[in-house]
Order: sequence, then C-alpha cells, then structure tokens
Amino acid sequence: MIVSRRLLRLVVNFARPDPSAGRSLWSDARGRFLSNRAAAASVAVLALIILFSVLGPSLSAWTHDEIDWSVLGQVREKGAPSLGTGHYFGTDELGRDLFVRVAEGTRVSLAVGIVGALISVVVGTAYGTVAGYCGGRIDNLMMRTVDVLMALPNIFLVILLMVAFGHSLTLLFVGIGMISWLDMSRIVRGQTLALKSATFVEAAAATGVGTGAIMVRHILPNLVGVVAVYATLLVPGMILAESFISFLGLGVQEPNTSWGALIAEGAATMQYGTLWQLAAPLLFFVATLFCFYFIGDGLRDALDPKEQA
Amino acid sequence: MALLTHFLRRLAVAVPTLAALIVVSFILMHAAPGGPFTGDRPLPEDVMANIEAKYGLDQPLHRQLLTYFTGIVLEFDFGPSFRYRDRSVNDIIAQGFPVTLTYGMIAFVVAVLVGAALGIAAALSKNTWLDYLAVGVSVGAQVLPNFVMAPILVLVFTLWLGLLPGGGWGGLDWRYVVMPVVALSTSFMASIARLSRSSMLEVMSSDFIRTARAKGLSRRRIVLGHALKPAMLPVVSYLGPVFVYMVTGSVVIDLYFSTGGIGQFYVNSALNRDYAVMMGITILIGALTIAFNLIVDMIYAWIDPQIRFRGRQQ
Repeated sequence: MIVSRRLLRLVVNFARPDPSAGRSLWSDARGRFLSNRAAAASVAVLALIILFSVLGPSLSAWTHDEIDWSVLGQVREKGAPSLGTGHYFGTDELGRDLFVRVAEGTRVSLAVGIVGALISVVVGTAYGTVAGYCGGRIDNLMMRTVDVLMALPNIFLVILLMVAFGHSLTLLFVGIGMISWLDMSRIVRGQTLALKSATFVEAAAATGVGTGAIMVRHILPNLVGVVAVYATLLVPGMILAESFISFLGLGVQEPNTSWGALIAEGAATMQYGTLWQLAAPLLFFVATLFCFYFIGDGLRDALDPKEQA
Repeated sequence: MALLTHFLRRLAVAVPTLAALIVVSFILMHAAPGGPFTGDRPLPEDVMANIEAKYGLDQPLHRQLLTYFTGIVLEFDFGPSFRYRDRSVNDIIAQGFPVTLTYGMIAFVVAVLVGAALGIAAALSKNTWLDYLAVGVSVGAQVLPNFVMAPILVLVFTLWLGLLPGGGWGGLDWRYVVMPVVALSTSFMASIARLSRSSMLEVMSSDFIRTARAKGLSRRRIVLGHALKPAMLPVVSYLGPVFVYMVTGSVVIDLYFSTGGIGQFYVNSALNRDYAVMMGITILIGALTIAFNLIVDMIYAWIDPQIRFRGRQQ
C-alpha cells in the first residue's frame, strides 16, 4: 500500500514504448524477468506453496477441525512433527493437525491477498481512468474523495465493520477490498493524465471516437503494464492487513484459520516448548511475502525501459 | 505566502476528513444488527428501554449523531462506555494513551533516524560490505511485521536468554520499552533505509552534485550541504504512512506485551462489542493521523523549493 516516488516513476516509465525495439516489448520483458534469478525462483516457490495449499489437505489423513484425541493434553510430548503419527507439521494445542491447518490458512491468506488485488485492479483502474480522462471538476471531486478516504484509519474501520456485522470471511474480503483500490486509482489517474495528451488519443478524438470508446480502446490497453506491476506489489500489503486483523483474533474465526491466526496461536503457546506451532505458519508467511516482493521487483525491472541498454 | 496558501489548502481537506470519519464510524456502528446490549438472554423490554434512554439510544438517529459530534468537537467528550458502567471513553483513553504514545514516539524516532542513517551510509559506500549488509538487513526486515517480530523477540530474549521481561509496563523502565520499540520499528526502519539509500544514490549522481564536486568542495560539504536535503524529500513524504502503520501496529504491541496501552482496550472492546470505546479510539487515531499528515505536509513544503518558491514566481 506504500509507494515510494522512485517506485512510482519506475512503474510509470516502463509503459512508454521503446522506439528502438524491434522485438516485442513483452518477449523482451519475459527474457529480462527470467534472467533475474530471485524472481524466477520466487515464481517456482510460490507455485509450490499454492500447490501445497490446494493439495495439502488431501495428502493427510486429518481434516482442519478434527481433534487427535491421543495427543490432547500431551501435545508437548506427542504432538511434535513426525512422519510416524501422520502429523507432518505436528499438532496445535487442541490436537488438530497443523499440516492441514497451515494449508488451510495459506489458502485463506492467499485468497484474501489476491481478491484484494483483483478488486484494486477493477475498481481502482476504472475510477482512476475516469477521473484522469474527464479531468476538471469531476477529477477534482473524485481525487479529493480518495484523499479523504486515504486519510481515514482504514484498518480500524475494517475491524469496526467486522465487529458490527459478524466475523465472516466474505466480510473480510469486502473490508480488505474496500481499502485496496485507493492507491491504484491514484497511480492509474496519473498515468491516464500522461496518456491523455498523447498524439494517438488526440487523433482518435479528432476522428470522432466517443469518450467511452477512447477510454476502453486507447487508454486501458496502455495501462495494463503499470496495473500488473502494481497489483503484484499490492498482494503482500493485503496479506499483511488480513494477518494483522486475524492475529488480533478479530478476523477469520474458528475452526477456519489463516496465517495471522496461526501465528497468534503459535506465539501464545511457545513457552510450553511447542515451537513448531509458531515455526510452521511463520515459515510459509515469510516465504510467500519474500516471493511476492521478489516477483514485483523482477516485473518492475523487466518492464522498465531504462534497463533496455 | 505560498506556505500559508498551501497550509490552508491542506486544512480544507483535513477538516472534512475528520467530519467524514466521525460520521462513517457512527453510521457503521448504528447499522449493526443487534445493539451493544443484546446478549445471549434477551433483556425484558422495559429494562432495555431504560438502558437505551440512559445512553440516548432512543433518540432519533440524526439527534444522536449531532450530540455525539458536538460532544467530540466542542468538549472533546467521547461519551460513556457501553460496557464499563463506571468509566467513560475519555477515562479509558487517558489511562491507555500515554503508554502507547511513549513507546510509539520512541519507535518512530528510532525507525526514522536509524533507517535514514543506515540508508545514507549504504548509499555513500555503495558496493562495500556496509552497503551489502544494509541492503541485506532491510530486505530481510520487510517481511518481519510487528506481529512476527514480537513473538520472535520474546522467544529469544525472554524464553531463551532470560534477559528481558516478556510483557508488562514499568513506566520508563528501559527493560519494558526495548522489545515493544524494536518489534514496532523494525519493518519501517527497513523501508526507510531502502528509500533513503535509493534516493541518496539518485541525488549523488545528479548534475548539481557533479558541479559541486567540480568546484572542489569537500565530500563532507557536498553530502551535508547539498545532497542531504533533497535526498530526504521522499523520506519526509513517507513519514505520514509510517505514522499510520505504527499507530495501527501499536494495537498488536499493546495486546502481545500487555503494556496496558490503548490497543489492549481497543481489542477488548472489539471482542465485547463496546461500540463507544471502539468509535472513540478510531476517531482519536484518525484525528492524530490527520494532524500529523498536516505537519508532514508543511515540513515537506518547507524543504521542497518547488513549493516554497511557487508563490514568488507567479
């Protein structure tokens, strides 16, 4: 959710087509992206994590809310990770299988991150394009509204929403989605302003193409790159927000879980010597955030024309 | 003159923002199905009516909003708590806020100073071990938000080494302050370090620095006299978001370290559906954020010559 100016400029710069390029911009970009080892490895690791979150539950004999009565009360002695008991990541304090719960939590957290990013792409892009292209009083009104919304303590309002209307997963998606599009709309608006004065837009307007058609056919396609890079960088922010709310116990409710809830549980029990309860979700959380940051950096560098020496 | 216009323009956004915040949180709370007093067993109707009369919930909505609004704006009064009969929201804020403010301020200063120093040092000694160390630390630290740092710190310093207490608050006793401050500031220190490193590198390769070098100025004067101020502009514009995220993060710190700060009350009131306390804390935090952003804007305008001199050129 935080954008440095440098990043903004880098994101914005790459959308200008390179006049000297004979090859397509995209194949060039793909080559550059794949030669960035950290980014390419991150894609592979992320794919494995997604695979684990989808297939994990079917690889285990346990379900996410099933209690293993044989370890209950003796989690410290019998609940440790082991291949013999079938609890590959051990069990939590209630004797539930952590392998399945971490897979479940991974799915929820990733879903929140990706849905939040998708909402920001759809709403933020539409909002920013309209504001930037219409300009004048409409633009002023729309962007002042965004200013006001950004200055609100949004996470607190999401919590307020969840407390008032019940802690459902749907509401969590809605709440995160509501705050995710603000940054995107600013970036898209800035980019649209630059495109608006481009000659091909002028030409389209001069030949009598309508405002709506110009936005959809001439402005939007040129925004794809910026939006893609920025959406990748938004996902970790959404995941952090969700984990934060669930860590406080105000997000996803039992028996469902997410990384934030699992980390909170692990942190509450670590003094009893059951460190695996903290380590397992933490490992996946940290690995995934690293992956998204590296992929975002890689995409940005790959699509930045400055790099095309 | 330009500064004053700039200030007034910003103020014209800040005031409606605050009003919007109060109205939005009020509407959210009152649209909630089931009031704060609905429990497992329904109360008798006349009892319910009495309670609602006491808290003014029987008034028409616009009247309630007006009372709440003027109470906050004119008398800084957030009303009574719905859960604790003997305490008002103001009492709760007065009790918890000083604690949160204490370690929050320290964490903010630490994050900004250490982060900026690390970033600048890394930029000035690019491609040396210091640079690699700073970049490595800041890349690693960005995946360590407060709710990850806090358990790790407690694990290492309380459970393994037994050096620091795992929670509680002892006024300004440093042993209680260290872990909250480190947990809260780490990830922001990292982003500030990254930001100031890239910004400093960019400034150091710009034309006016080359000119300064050509004039024969010492490296020290170039860095302190010419490069530092423009290099810090992006960092200053980032202070607003950092402040917001730190305030938000303090909820985790208060809860995890049981410091008795405002975040602990916030989470408890969220679990108890004590809307009055939640609204009060949300609005207080929003007001602080808006005020802080206004100050940062002014500092930015004061440093950035493009804003400072705009009035004179026109």
